Amino acid sequence: MDGQAILARLETRLGARLLGTHDHRGDHTAIVAREGIIEALTFSRDESDLRFNVLMDLTAVDYLKLPGREDGPRFDVVYHLYSIPHNHRIRLKVPVEQDDPVVPTATSLWPIANWLEREVWDMFGIRFAGHPDLRRLLMYEEFEGHPLRKDYPIERRQPLIGPKV
Amino acid sequence: MTSEASRQARAGDSPGARAMVNGEASRTTRELFLGEGAGGGTQNLTVNIGPAHPAMHGIIRILAELDGEIIVKSDVEIGYLHRAFEKDCEVGPWNNAMPYTDRLNYVSPLINNFGYCSAVEKLLGIDITERCKYIRVIMSEISRICDHLTCVGASAMELGAFTVFLYMIKAREFLWELVEDVTGARLTISYGRVGGVKADLPAGFDDKVKKAFVEVRQVLEEVHVLITGNRIFMDRMVGVGALSAEETVAWAITGPLLRAAGVPFDVRKAQPYWAYDRVQFEIPLGKNGDNFDRYLVRMAEMEQSMRIVEQALGALPGGSIQVDWEGKAIDPAAYVDRGKQGKTEGLLFVPIALSPNLQGQGRDAQKRVNAPDKRVVLPPKENTYGSIEGLMNHFMLVMEGFGIRPPMGEAYFAVEGANGELGFYVVSDGSDRPYRVRCRPPCLPPVAAMSRMIEGQMVADIIPTFGSVNMIGGELDR
Repeated sequence: MDGQAILARLETRLGARLLGTHDHRGDHTAIVAREGIIEALTFSRDESDLRFNVLMDLTAVDYLKLPGREDGPRFDVVYHLYSIPHNHRIRLKVPVEQDDPVVPTATSLWPIANWLEREVWDMFGIRFAGHPDLRRLLMYEEFEGHPLRKDYPIERRQPLIGPKV
Repeated sequence: MTSEASRQARAGDSPGARAMVNGEASRTTRELFLGEGAGGGTQNLTVNIGPAHPAMHGIIRILAELDGEIIVKSDVEIGYLHRAFEKDCEVGPWNNAMPYTDRLNYVSPLINNFGYCSAVEKLLGIDITERCKYIRVIMSEISRICDHLTCVGASAMELGAFTVFLYMIKAREFLWELVEDVTGARLTISYGRVGGVKADLPAGFDDKVKKAFVEVRQVLEEVHVLITGNRIFMDRMVGVGALSAEETVAWAITGPLLRAAGVPFDVRKAQPYWAYDRVQFEIPLGKNGDNFDRYLVRMAEMEQSMRIVEQALGALPGGSIQVDWEGKAIDPAAYVDRGKQGKTEGLLFVPIALSPNLQGQGRDAQKRVNAPDKRVVLPPKENTYGSIEGLMNHFMLVMEGFGIRPPMGEAYFAVEGANGELGFYVVSDGSDRPYRVRCRPPCLPPVAAMSRMIEGQMVADIIPTFGSVNMIGGELDR
């Protein structure tokens, strides 16, 4: 299915919850409001002419220092979907505010969302509401801060931890 | 021991039974070891496997809850090899991320290099030369064979087939010699460049490939004879660690594991990139999605990869003849000296004799393998040292704050890595540094699904399953 047609399908379904679309370099992208993301994912997965059955990737971007986006929402949670039966791709993005970094979880749709969401929580400090087990994935439990945030300096040292005596 | 006493001792073997200790028959075996009140019956045992365990060829911890030898529940813990790849990429210019990508999947680093390059090229909106596309295909497929050889060899070794491991590492050695020939290194190759590759293929590369493939094919045959159909190997592999096709897809598992479950998805076929639409190859498929099918798929894929390399070498645009460094060539040191003294008259048209794989490129090779885009590709050394335009071009690309500057935007590019879809999602803010680089690691989904794969199986089944997942720490933990 053509990327534009997929975006049109999403638009009719989501209405005002679809905040915008673009196809920069041929990657068709839909920007979806937080309230609509689970519906958008479920719709994309189950509709027979979309059938996005693989959650290829789930990540986030911190736009704190992007020129021109100082006033906008700080984070985007990015979903890359792929459909094996139809061989097409789409990217969904959910803007997330700094003060309320919570997105509903997709673990009920795809089991792999469990680990990917844990990684996003670990790296960006974005919470996934309803996640069954939101622990850090790559960092250790005592790690302070979220390293992929733009205000986390790369040379920052962490306190040493060891076995509790 | 009297028959009465031995009967009682045997009865004591079952945990709930009353044991006879110093004539006192009121304690159970559990109470004997764990103290008063421990009760009878059984209780699950939690065992740590890893992070540093000889049978785990990678640093990963499996916390397994066992009922006897059966795994009831498990939790997989990763992150021991986290090196902040994504954060580090944001610090330097775009091309600086290249050495970091080498260390993602360190068994097939060339595929990571090219995947990252292609993502940035997509963001820039440039196209690479035909010859470069073929070189990327050739080197990627050689890497894929290396990766599969390592994976199959190591997992066979863990099941006791040490010979197979040695044979396969021998075959990999022949391939790594090819890689060394082209890139100058065996592992940390950094061969990709945005807009091209570091250097052209060396002279006589075809013949070396042919010779190496004779060895590899022989090893594959030997391995088939040794373990395909071997009773011990089959017992450990068939039906173990299986996932159905639906589940594999739901876990976003791609690559050999998905194809072993019978789903014909391969990025090279589904969304061909570089020159994959111009070579003939098949996607080997399994049926059951178990470890044995994964092994068979990998074995068949190596043969297909060799097929691709042979076709690509035959179709390599510009032919297989390399740059002729004879004749007009002059010593590079003398060339640089003359440039420094300003004696550049006529120098621009003299080709220099740099070794193509160690020092950079002369103009002819440069044109063949790099995109003709001054915003991205370093000028050939003749131009850098021979003309002011070339020198300025070079400086513009290496100076801080200049260099490659993709326009603001984002792009996702996927290649077929040895373990599945390897995707790079790059975001640019218009400056000379990546704003965000995200690597979609192909071995994260299968490791996430490990708990599901080993659930209800024996402890010993962890080993072949873990081997077939082919976890690569560098890529998994980034």
